[in-house]
Amino acid sequence: MGSITLEKVSKSFGTTSVIPEIDLEINDGEFVVFVGPSGCGKSTLLRMIAGLEDLSGGRIIIDGKDMSNEAPAKRGLSMVFQSYALYPHMSVYQNIAFPLKMDGQEKSAIDKKVKDAAHTLNLTSYLDRRPGQLSGGQRQRVAIGRAIVRQPKAFLFDEPLSNLDAALRGNMRLEISDLHHQLKTTMIYVTHDQVEAMTMADKIVVLNAGRIEQVGSPLELYKSPRNVFVAGFIGSPRMNLVSGAAAEKHNATTLGVRPEHVQISKTEGAWKGTVGVTEHLGSDTFIHVDADGVGKITVRADGDFATEHGQSIYLTPDPNRLHRFDANGQAI
Amino acid sequence: MARSVTTQRKLIFTIIGWSIGFLIFFPILWTFLTSFKTEGTAVATPPQFLFFDWTLENYHEVQSRSDYGKHVMNSIVISVGSTLLGLALAIPAAWAMAFSPTKRTKDILMWMLSTKMMPSVGVLVPLYLIFRDWGLLDSRLGLVAVLTMINLPIIVWMLYTYFKEIPGEILEAARMDGASLMKEIIYVLTPMAVPGIASTMLLNIILAWNEAFWTLNLTAANAAPLTAFIASYSSPEGLFWAKLSAASTMAIAPILIMGWFSQKQLVRGLTFGAVK
Repeated sequence: MGSITLEKVSKSFGTTSVIPEIDLEINDGEFVVFVGPSGCGKSTLLRMIAGLEDLSGGRIIIDGKDMSNEAPAKRGLSMVFQSYALYPHMSVYQNIAFPLKMDGQEKSAIDKKVKDAAHTLNLTSYLDRRPGQLSGGQRQRVAIGRAIVRQPKAFLFDEPLSNLDAALRGNMRLEISDLHHQLKTTMIYVTHDQVEAMTMADKIVVLNAGRIEQVGSPLELYKSPRNVFVAGFIGSPRMNLVSGAAAEKHNATTLGVRPEHVQISKTEGAWKGTVGVTEHLGSDTFIHVDADGVGKITVRADGDFATEHGQSIYLTPDPNRLHRFDANGQAI
Repeated sequence: MARSVTTQRKLIFTIIGWSIGFLIFFPILWTFLTSFKTEGTAVATPPQFLFFDWTLENYHEVQSRSDYGKHVMNSIVISVGSTLLGLALAIPAAWAMAFSPTKRTKDILMWMLSTKMMPSVGVLVPLYLIFRDWGLLDSRLGLVAVLTMINLPIIVWMLYTYFKEIPGEILEAARMDGASLMKEIIYVLTPMAVPGIASTMLLNIILAWNEAFWTLNLTAANAAPLTAFIASYSSPEGLFWAKLSAASTMAIAPILIMGWFSQKQLVRGLTFGAVK
């Protein structure tokens, strides 16, 4: 079991309020991702759930029990840190065994659990090594191993992949998702990378300046962002946000169009523009167009779509997939 | 051409280096040599460097006049005892300052250091009276206590700088893994800080071993360490240079040997944090 409820949780450092007041429900077995720009309070929120930061107000309830003032060790949660935070003076075996040793378990039981975890994570041949002798990906696996042996109620991940290179990050993303399917344990994952959030989460919590902007499944957030912030944050490349006459034509202050929802034509369309930079990714082509009276628009086209810098082009947004926002930035 | 210039410069620097080293070492060498002279040759002008009648007489004399073994034991008990007690107090203190600092932590550190700037003689009378009333005069326990207090600021400061280098996330990981505060300090912090703790320990043993002001003023016979043993040879009857030298040589020999073998740790300890 691992359900976590936040009730009016707030945090301030001195007179500076970092998190005003947050209510959130995390169900047992869910993979929840906290995502937001740096400094939005997502790591602080995770550390408050872990017990590494004190609450300034509110309650944290884990499995029906108020854990707001419990020590981190008593909450039954495991955490994987951005820096891995392995114990450098211990071998991989001792690192993974440490939480069990602290729990006072028997040597034989510890041995079995450590070997099982090492097997799951492909670490069996590295058990005698020190963390300093491992690569970044292996260290991250040891950190995960140390987290899973205790069979916690929930795992907390604090930007665990940001120290890895791009290729390894892709692999580890899959491994963590796999692990979630195997263990079916609640996971809370903090990242500033919306791709990680979209690919891994059951539920995404978008945070901005300590406030929850929207909670929902990746596709809910993609299809119906509640406000301009979520619209601009979720999706890659970013949603085009248009204001002025072009938006007013659709009775909105701001009009949002995703790059993949714009028709492109060399002969006719709603907006006329000039081709700027073109990015060829092979599978897709991102074309940055300077549209007359509308502004800069990014368009996703086929991989083999051919254009030239300075060429005139016509764009037509898909009318069924327009996002309209009012003067306060809220979706209409 | 460039190469020959480098060799030349190297040679010059080497000569300068060795000269300075010799200059610093000279008093110890001279003491060592004097300890093998007779009282007459010890004060002879011009001084005799190597060609004199070498004698062990001074060492016999010193050993028969005072109990060297007892003084060595006192020195060991006092320096090691005060260091261990100091570490036991300083490790938690440095932990708190490094990992759980408050607004006033820096001020407390500065205040601790400022006590080292106070002239010791300023507190001699009150401390002497306290020691007299508590029956701590001329006792090892009293000296351990006073040397612990004297050197505590240095121990805390050194450990604080070492602990600062340890990433806080590792300690948080230990907390998440179910370690209590004591276990966190014993299993994670201390082993990671072993090099730092070792050099702090060595340096502090040397400081305590050489401490003369308090050891001379608060002891008479029973607890007198080697510093008092040396001082006893500069007596009202006159100076006995050769015997004084023999006593000094015997007093510094143990710490010199220890220092020689732990050079690496000491240098690291003294320059730690200097280059970052």
